[in-house]
Amino acid sequence: MKQGRIVKVSGPLIVAEGMSDATMFEVARVSEKRLIGEVIELHGDLAYIQVYEDTSGLGPGDVVTSTGQSLSIELGPGLLQSIYDGIQRPLNTIYLQEGHYITRGVDLPGLSREKKWEFMPNEELKEGDEVVAGDILGSVQETELIVHKVLVPPFVKKGVFSRKPEKGSYTVEDTIAEIKTEDGVQEIKLYHRWPVRTPRPIVKKLVPVKPLVTGQRVIDSLFPISQGGTACVPGPFGAGKTVIQHQLAKWSDAEIIVYIGCGERGNEMTDVLQEFPELKDPSTGRPLMERTVLIANTSNMPVAAREASVYTGITIAEYFRDMGYNVAVMADSTSRWAEAMREMSGRLEEMPGEEGYPAYLPSRIAEFYERSGRTICLGKDERIGTLSVIGAVSPPGGDLSDPVVQATLKVVKVFWSLEDQLAFERHFPAISWLTSYSLYHDNLREYFRNEVVEDWERVRNESMELLQKESELKELVRLVGIDSLSAQDRIVLETTKLIREDFLHQSAFDPDDAYTKLEKQYRMLKVILDLHRASLKALEKGVPLGKLIDLPVKEKISRMRHIPEDRLEQFDEIEKEIEAQVSSGLVESRTVEE
Amino acid sequence: MVTEYSTIGEIAGPLVVMNDVDHATYEELVEVELPGGELRRGKVLEVDRNRVLIQIFEGTRGVDTAKTKVRFLGRGLELAVSPDILGRIFNGLGIPIDDGPKIIPEKRLDINGSPINPYARIYPQEFIQTGISAIDGLNTLVRGQKLPIFSGFGLPHSELAAQIARQATVPGAEQAFAIVFAAMGITFEEANYFIRDFQETGAMERVVLFINLANDPTIERIATPRAALTAAEYLAFERGMHVLVILTDMTNYCEALREVSVARKEIPGRRGYPGYLYTDLATMYERAGLLKGEKEGEVKEGSITQIPVLSMPDDDKTHPIPDLTGYITEGQIILDRSLHRKGIYPPINVLPSLSRLRDKGIGKGRTREDHAELANQLFSSYARSKEVEELAVVLGEAALTDTDKAFMKFGEAFEKSFVQQALDENRTIEQTLDIGWDLLRMIPKIEIKRIRDEYIEKYLPKEEKDESVSENES
Ligand SMILES: Nc1ncnc2c1ncn2[C@@H]1O[C@H](COP(=O)(O)OP(=O)(O)OP(=O)(O)O)[C@@H](O)[C@H]1O
Ligand SMILES: [Mg+2]
Repeated sequence: MKQGRIVKVSGPLIVAEGMSDATMFEVARVSEKRLIGEVIELHGDLAYIQVYEDTSGLGPGDVVTSTGQSLSIELGPGLLQSIYDGIQRPLNTIYLQEGHYITRGVDLPGLSREKKWEFMPNEELKEGDEVVAGDILGSVQETELIVHKVLVPPFVKKGVFSRKPEKGSYTVEDTIAEIKTEDGVQEIKLYHRWPVRTPRPIVKKLVPVKPLVTGQRVIDSLFPISQGGTACVPGPFGAGKTVIQHQLAKWSDAEIIVYIGCGERGNEMTDVLQEFPELKDPSTGRPLMERTVLIANTSNMPVAAREASVYTGITIAEYFRDMGYNVAVMADSTSRWAEAMREMSGRLEEMPGEEGYPAYLPSRIAEFYERSGRTICLGKDERIGTLSVIGAVSPPGGDLSDPVVQATLKVVKVFWSLEDQLAFERHFPAISWLTSYSLYHDNLREYFRNEVVEDWERVRNESMELLQKESELKELVRLVGIDSLSAQDRIVLETTKLIREDFLHQSAFDPDDAYTKLEKQYRMLKVILDLHRASLKALEKGVPLGKLIDLPVKEKISRMRHIPEDRLEQFDEIEKEIEAQVSSGLVESRTVEE
Repeated sequence: MVTEYSTIGEIAGPLVVMNDVDHATYEELVEVELPGGELRRGKVLEVDRNRVLIQIFEGTRGVDTAKTKVRFLGRGLELAVSPDILGRIFNGLGIPIDDGPKIIPEKRLDINGSPINPYARIYPQEFIQTGISAIDGLNTLVRGQKLPIFSGFGLPHSELAAQIARQATVPGAEQAFAIVFAAMGITFEEANYFIRDFQETGAMERVVLFINLANDPTIERIATPRAALTAAEYLAFERGMHVLVILTDMTNYCEALREVSVARKEIPGRRGYPGYLYTDLATMYERAGLLKGEKEGEVKEGSITQIPVLSMPDDDKTHPIPDLTGYITEGQIILDRSLHRKGIYPPINVLPSLSRLRDKGIGKGRTREDHAELANQLFSSYARSKEVEELAVVLGEAALTDTDKAFMKFGEAFEKSFVQQALDENRTIEQTLDIGWDLLRMIPKIEIKRIRDEYIEKYLPKEEKDESVSENES
């Protein structure tokens, strides 16, 4: 622990001399207040340190102490239901200790040192057994919803038990087992530390095969993301990025959610904190908070910690992935993370790239999303875990040529493009059906066909074609008026109107509508397409267009979002009505002819 | 520890560089004494060994390298607070400029404040009735929200902000309130418009004013909103008042910040504004909200509701100032020049306007059960009327279907009787909603898709009146 001294302070960046022992990305404590900082550049004995707390009042001569540790977080029981700042300081404990405002120099561990956890050892383990990193030592019921599997940490080499884990009640610091390795005897505790900037090791990546079911119709049906996949949600302010991220955090079928509020609003985190304990997991009925970890480094909190927050979040997610869980990370907003990088880069006087962002921006973004995937985890049982990443992007003026959007689109496989025009009309989610895409259709085809319904893909493709057609027709209408369209084309417009208003439009705030299961999504879309086909047929047989436009069944269609998930037979009735009304149209038109 | 130096080496714009300084610290407050004895204030922007970069709030005119003295005060810029600040007028740095008695400070608070712990917040949900339909009905303000007005030169944002300040109430709640008003670079007349309004309505003794006018020192405005918010935090969270903060005009604030950034030769972000503008604005806009009370589940007495006003250069919403503001605040009220030209006051374009806290602040028990669905219907119907209007421009009205025509009529009536109201017209939320329902009679019932039948049955006026709904406006 050598001490250096500050020579320069420029916002969140300080420079200290006498730091020849420091290493890159090592944590340093700055000034008497012991503010937390990280070495981000070294020149001789000068260390450039980004400080994770407000630096006002610091000046030349203040001491800087290196810690020998790189920026790392604590991984173990107690993560779930927590809310942390960007460097894993527990905001609830800080509140109890410091009051409403965040003060400087707070030094609190990420995991409680007092709390005792009931540990159940893996029954199969025996003294003298060979163990490798990733093997399951036992488990702790962390919340009623989630069993926390205690694993041999990745950095422990192959060895044999010199003391096998025993059932008992432990704090995170108690030793639960000892493993004899070539490096000597390693004590295993319920927690270990991991450097956030280093991805946790895996055996290998696999291709994704299952959708991350979100209950959001436009996503699941048109632009699905896979478990282990990546998606981005760019859009101008107020277009609905945060609401989408919240919807996914609430309703997606991931087992663990890590929600990173990176440089956004304080109230949005409060919203989650107040709402999630009240909301019930659809499959278990337990509060959603029990599967959630929150990272909140809001826009008014120090910029440098914002930069760290995405790494803290994804490291926690990897840790649960290693247990074999399906984990989803939401990062809102990755643009604020990029801006934090830009600010530090500017202060370091690095050569600026596009829009002042550092030249390494694209590689940092790629590395972040690369930490996702469907993977075989470490450990003899070859567990499979998945880590999905969904990042919001907030480009200036909503302009998609923004460097952060561009760098993100190069690496993610799903693009949910938010359009402000749709948001102005209060068409939510404001995901554009014309510009968005998912590159997972091929991976997920089998799943939808076998697990949901045979013609899932057909229904999807037909809907997309109609929506595409609609945009062409609308262009035409704008030029020459609605009268120029054929009756068939008019039917297309009627159908797409139903697709947009009664299927794609989905209110996050209406409890009946906020979540739709895949079967129901399929039925909804199918009803609309069946009506379309029946209408076209009727048209051929001479039923007048006006009659088809005003079919009474449309009323029912506009209410189908309210059909309960366990009453899907109501769709059969709608189908029957379509049949009946269209053929009665046929009968009538025949009588007219006669 | 006070230390005095007269070692200014360079002067550039609002900045000076001092040499051979021993113990300066980042963000430290300095006092500058000009050769003639005039005192100014500044703050430390950067310290590099014994070389210090200082920004002088009142500007560098008259500062020289030989005789100007700089004293380092060992603390940041602070505001002296006490309950006596109510009714008083301060300059942009928080120094009293009226001829009231000296304020005996209860304490001195750093104007930068500290970030509110998100865990310590309570989600704002309490409906504020502003009496303005375009806001109450469609873009509802709630207590503890930050909701800016995006305006443009010559648009009546001051009138609107003053009307909100005058009329804002939480129905059914009689609580201590205060208004903190910060003027940044606006004209004397504009500032005076507010002051007169406060005086006429007798609100003056509940108002704290921070005034930096167009002819006051530019750099001082960087401190003005912070001083104002410090006063607001004190009144709200230490004195339990419900504080409405009006900050006008944030564009002038941002320009002052740009001036400093340019003088520092920083790498500029979009349109020359510094790359940290987002963070800088956020540290102010986030100083709004509600806090947890002593006991679990309780709300601490007091709140801060912010209405920043900004003018959009060239009426461009994508300009960095409105753009970054919109990314931080909880919605925005957008004033529209074409509505203004049509003579509609307030010229609020409801479509791009937004209140993100609306959904949890309205409905049964808060406003009325039908509020959310009615609002959604009005939004989509008005959006549709705009689409039809565009179509009519290209193809002529003759090409419109009957439904289209109905929507077009609806749109006009909506602007005239829902959006438009008088400067002193204070509508209750029921009146606002009823006007909305009345307007819906103009469109075919089958097109009312966003409202459930039950409410249509209950609230849609039944008797057919052929003339417009303007009689209902009152
Ligand atoms: N699915 C939805 N259902 C209903 N309303 C929605 C939905 N999505 C968005 N909204 C409305 O749009 C508003 C803005 O959405 P949101 O806060 O998610 O925007 P954002 O894109 O995150 O903006 P910013 O970039 O400024 O954070 C919400 O407050 C809500 O009123
Ligand atoms: Mg958002």
